[in-house]
Amino acid sequence: MKKVLLFAVVMMFSGQALAEDFFSNLFRFKGVKPMTDKLYKDSCGECHFAYQAGLLPKRSWEKMMLADQLSDHFGEVADLEEEDRIAIRDMLVADAADTSIYKRSMKIDRSIPENATPLRITETPYIKKKHKEMTDKYVKFNPKVKSLINCNTCHREIEKGIFDDDTVLIPNFGYWSEIE
Amino acid sequence: MKKVVILGLAICFAPALAQANLIPEMLSQYEAEGGSNFDAAAGKKMWSQEFASEDGDMRSCATCHNSDVRTAGKHKKTGKVIAAMAPSVPFVALEEGDEPRYTDVKKIEKWFKRNCKWTYGRECTVQEKGDFLMFLKDQ
Repeated sequence: MKKVLLFAVVMMFSGQALAEDFFSNLFRFKGVKPMTDKLYKDSCGECHFAYQAGLLPKRSWEKMMLADQLSDHFGEVADLEEEDRIAIRDMLVADAADTSIYKRSMKIDRSIPENATPLRITETPYIKKKHKEMTDKYVKFNPKVKSLINCNTCHREIEKGIFDDDTVLIPNFGYWSEIE
Repeated sequence: MKKVVILGLAICFAPALAQANLIPEMLSQYEAEGGSNFDAAAGKKMWSQEFASEDGDMRSCATCHNSDVRTAGKHKKTGKVIAAMAPSVPFVALEEGDEPRYTDVKKIEKWFKRNCKWTYGRECTVQEKGDFLMFLKDQ
């Protein structure tokens, strides 16, 4: 009897786990592909949020990761060891927006004119459009936000590649869904 | 049997060793590369010495790290908090995955390269790097 009971309990929990897996897989390609690589986080995430590869197209990452570009990375020196530079560039290129099957990556890529190679994520038309309502009071003059480059300050599920409106919590203001 | 015991001990102490302060090793490495008589006073002087950047602003190590290396600094542009440089300040992880200072050779070299270029417009010599570490070592 005890064994049967134990079996039932085990089944119950594994059933739940399976169901959770099923649902998370169903929405797997909704946002952008999460990036968990340690080299990437260590090399880029020391100074700023380690932006996912799926936020810019391949040509943008190829340009940004040139050695000369890294020496003047938006005014900062971001030099990397040559082997790391190549490894990170390849990682970014492999999951870039224009090769991604993630919904938001596809939208970002489609919004960029073919002849443009943006280096700033905040200057891609899709991201610009999505932040149209983010006026200075929420961002620039909000000491806890300051700039749109600090994505993770408001996008609380960003590590999972989720950018949905209901995950946006603006410091000093609250959930976006409640402000709107 | 002896080998097994050594292996066991090595495994036990490996994490502790990995966290060790690498300044002495770095100093001998810089010596091997041509540096000599590393001077804490020279390192200290250079720490606060200001250099004009291309943009016209004055830059020194202290711009972002503070002149008192026992206090946390702040990145000039991004405002990001930078942990104190002094080894005597107890390590506190500011973010997930943070590791104590001076425990990773690659990281030490990476930041010497980036920050010397930012401050002086060129990479530091082994002598300068040695002087800096000599100064920071006992802070």
